[in-house]
Amino acid sequence: MSTGTVATFEDSLERLEVGWTHASPDGLADVLEEHCPEPAVGVELPYDGVDLPDWVNTDPTPADLRGANAGVTAAGLGIADYGSVVVQGTPDGIEPVSLFGDLHIAVLRRSDIVPGMPEAFDWLGEEFRTGHSSAIIATGPSATADMGALVKGAHGPKDVHVVILDE
Amino acid sequence: MSKAREAKAAKIRQLMETEGDAVGTSTRGFNEGRYESVQSLDDYEGLKSEARAIKEDAIERLPELIDQLRETVESNGGTLYIADDAADANRYVREVCEDKEAERVVKSKSMTSEEIEVNEDLEAADIDVVETDLGEWVLQVADESPSHIVAPAIHKSRDAIADLFNETFEPDEPLETAEELTMFAREQLGDLIEGADVGMTGANFITADTGTMALVTSEGNARKTAVVPDTHVAVAGVEKVIPTVEDLRPFVELIGKSGTGQDITSYISLLTPPVESPTVDFDAPDTPLSETETDRDFHLVLIDNGRFDMREDDQLRETLYCIRCSACSNVCANFQHVGGHAFGGETYSGGIGTGWEAGVEGLDSAAEFNDLCTGCSRCTTACPVEIDIPWINTVVRDRVNRGEVSELDWLVEGLTPDEEPGGVSLQKRFFGNFETAAKVGSFFAPVSNWAAGLGVSRDLMERFLGIDARRELPEFQRETLKDWFESRTSRVDDPVRTAVLYPDVYTNHVQVERGKAAVRALEALGVDVVVPDVRSSGRAPLSQGMIATAEDHAHDVYAGLAEHIDDGRDIVVIEPSDLAMFQSEYEKFLPEKSFERISEASYEVMEYVFGLLDNGADADALSAGAGEEIAYHSHCQQRTLGLEGHTEAVLSDLGYDVATSDVECCGMAGSFGYKSEYYELSVDVGSELRGQFQTDENRDRTVVASGTSCLEQLDSLLSRPTQHPIQLVAPRR
Repeated sequence: MSTGTVATFEDSLERLEVGWTHASPDGLADVLEEHCPEPAVGVELPYDGVDLPDWVNTDPTPADLRGANAGVTAAGLGIADYGSVVVQGTPDGIEPVSLFGDLHIAVLRRSDIVPGMPEAFDWLGEEFRTGHSSAIIATGPSATADMGALVKGAHGPKDVHVVILDE
Repeated sequence: MSKAREAKAAKIRQLMETEGDAVGTSTRGFNEGRYESVQSLDDYEGLKSEARAIKEDAIERLPELIDQLRETVESNGGTLYIADDAADANRYVREVCEDKEAERVVKSKSMTSEEIEVNEDLEAADIDVVETDLGEWVLQVADESPSHIVAPAIHKSRDAIADLFNETFEPDEPLETAEELTMFAREQLGDLIEGADVGMTGANFITADTGTMALVTSEGNARKTAVVPDTHVAVAGVEKVIPTVEDLRPFVELIGKSGTGQDITSYISLLTPPVESPTVDFDAPDTPLSETETDRDFHLVLIDNGRFDMREDDQLRETLYCIRCSACSNVCANFQHVGGHAFGGETYSGGIGTGWEAGVEGLDSAAEFNDLCTGCSRCTTACPVEIDIPWINTVVRDRVNRGEVSELDWLVEGLTPDEEPGGVSLQKRFFGNFETAAKVGSFFAPVSNWAAGLGVSRDLMERFLGIDARRELPEFQRETLKDWFESRTSRVDDPVRTAVLYPDVYTNHVQVERGKAAVRALEALGVDVVVPDVRSSGRAPLSQGMIATAEDHAHDVYAGLAEHIDDGRDIVVIEPSDLAMFQSEYEKFLPEKSFERISEASYEVMEYVFGLLDNGADADALSAGAGEEIAYHSHCQQRTLGLEGHTEAVLSDLGYDVATSDVECCGMAGSFGYKSEYYELSVDVGSELRGQFQTDENRDRTVVASGTSCLEQLDSLLSRPTQHPIQLVAPRR
């Protein structure tokens, strides 16, 4: 992944007012300590040697989802032009965990950041044809202007934070 | 004024007062956002063409794609049902809900479900239906219908929503800010979603290869609707099917930008139901998701309801390419002022709404608001799938005309030299045959102008023709441009080119001075000018939906100009709406080669002047500006053709200081502003332009405008004289 693409991704996040942090696999716990309020729910990350800290509840109930201030999940892809992250639906609940808390923390490998939509859809086409059943292209927090002004956090998270794993 | 016209005028007036401000603020914001957002695309036009090609191909291959989709949906474990009409779709949805013993259905906004009125049907079966889109929920609470395809409650101000919520829910502390209202709705709807049995969504696109549906939202309500309950019913028109996942890409890039001016909406859900995400069972709040039995059920209901007939209809087929982004509504000056409650039918509103209503509801519903499309064409470049929306509206108007029966048929037949059947209203017939009126008007001028201006004449014109008595009439000139031209000799000794100045009806009979100025300017630049006797372009009948008459004009105009074109002469057109006929609508009327020849030979007059100067003509031959301050309003169709820049460039190069208006339209739009039912709306639309030309910076500027209608509207809106730019730059003698 070229530095240019990562820089573009960061610029896009900046524009969306989405915070981001770089972390080494070992440093993830510290980054979450700083950025993730409790109570937090999460889904184990699919990256070798990268674990969520114990205080992130990775086996939540509906009540936990409702009471969570933050949800931590992996993201399969970052799309540099738009600052989007691709959140895949999985049986262990990435979709609800990323959706119910006020803050969604998306953990993304640096090598999974692509320049734009053409690359993203080449990847998505492959994913869907080989069996993945859903993915959300999420760009910034949930928002609505239906009540007369732009408000963040309509049904989904009010804030998003992206952690870029530098491997 | 007739009762029908009075009723229509009253409805428009009332909507302008009650909903106009809220609709205007939002739609203009969306539209400006679109202009900004599409600039970030490297190849906007290329992306639009790609999107168009995908839809063209998909509609062409629709039956085959649906077969493929059925296989994929079924192999994924879902069910596909094709519903013939609304009743069929509703019955199917109701049965699914009844099988689940559902007490509550949560819905994510879907225009298709508005079309079939599924809420009413389910509620009649004692099933609660809750709209989860915040705007749609506001309407549900208020018991109103959507006024916009994307932002359904756009007509309601924050204050109105606060009043509604405070009265309905009586919260402990009255709600006031947008933040408070949103959080209140989030809480209420959150509870309702948690206890829901079935989630119902629309689908923006469905890919045949994988059965993946795309849902475009910003709020996240579609996500919750699809993930929380274990049963998902998606309702969509058959036209939403496209071949592959990769085909989603141009739409994903275009839809948010085109609709609300966002680069992308917050969430694009790509779901291949039944999805793997665990259901969230709030009835068992303490059971971990990992222990929840997830047995999801998915039903895709694709609705025909007239769409397969539209697919067979050469004129309405394009409507099926629509991706429901609302760009055509947001860019439309009339929609900005009245919104979808006037500019809409039973379900769909705005520019593309008449095509949808004609296809799924019938001509009656389409006829109600079809006339609010003035054919200005600003929507054609806004549409991300390149639909010629004004043409669809013209076709619908023509069909409505043919269906109309007027009690004045006996009077009209034979008196108007057109190709139309008897049903066309007297008003439309008059405006469609304006060329004839203009000939008579000039022949009897100035007596005709005096007679037309008499109170009794205005009363009669209002009563029988629906010409608003408040609108100033054009003043016919006794000496037409052609008369004047024939009485003089060319002043060019050694011409660089020969050009035909097209004598459009207005230039020939009313705005004769701009015609004379054009001749002087072209001659000063070394061009030998010819003004032939050619019929009017057909714009006037076309505007009234009189397509056969317009086509007749097109053949005559081409016949009248063909030899000039053969001879290598350029066709110079002053009136932008006529140039637009030559360069776009004539494609529908003339053989391909003829259309190409006339289209390629035609130039807007200031574009032509720009070209002459660019090719070395001596700018000193024209009137220099010496810093004179100008307020310039281009013309809708001229802007659509991308030609306003030439006028600005010529004026600037000649030393004028130019401020150009950026409102979408002056509101006059040919016959529209004369019609008594629309007069007030045209003035209201015009108030935007007046506002721009009356600021401290602009109020003393000389006003110029390219189109006849624009000039007439500006004349009545401002107290300053107006003129065509060619009059400014032409040598005085």
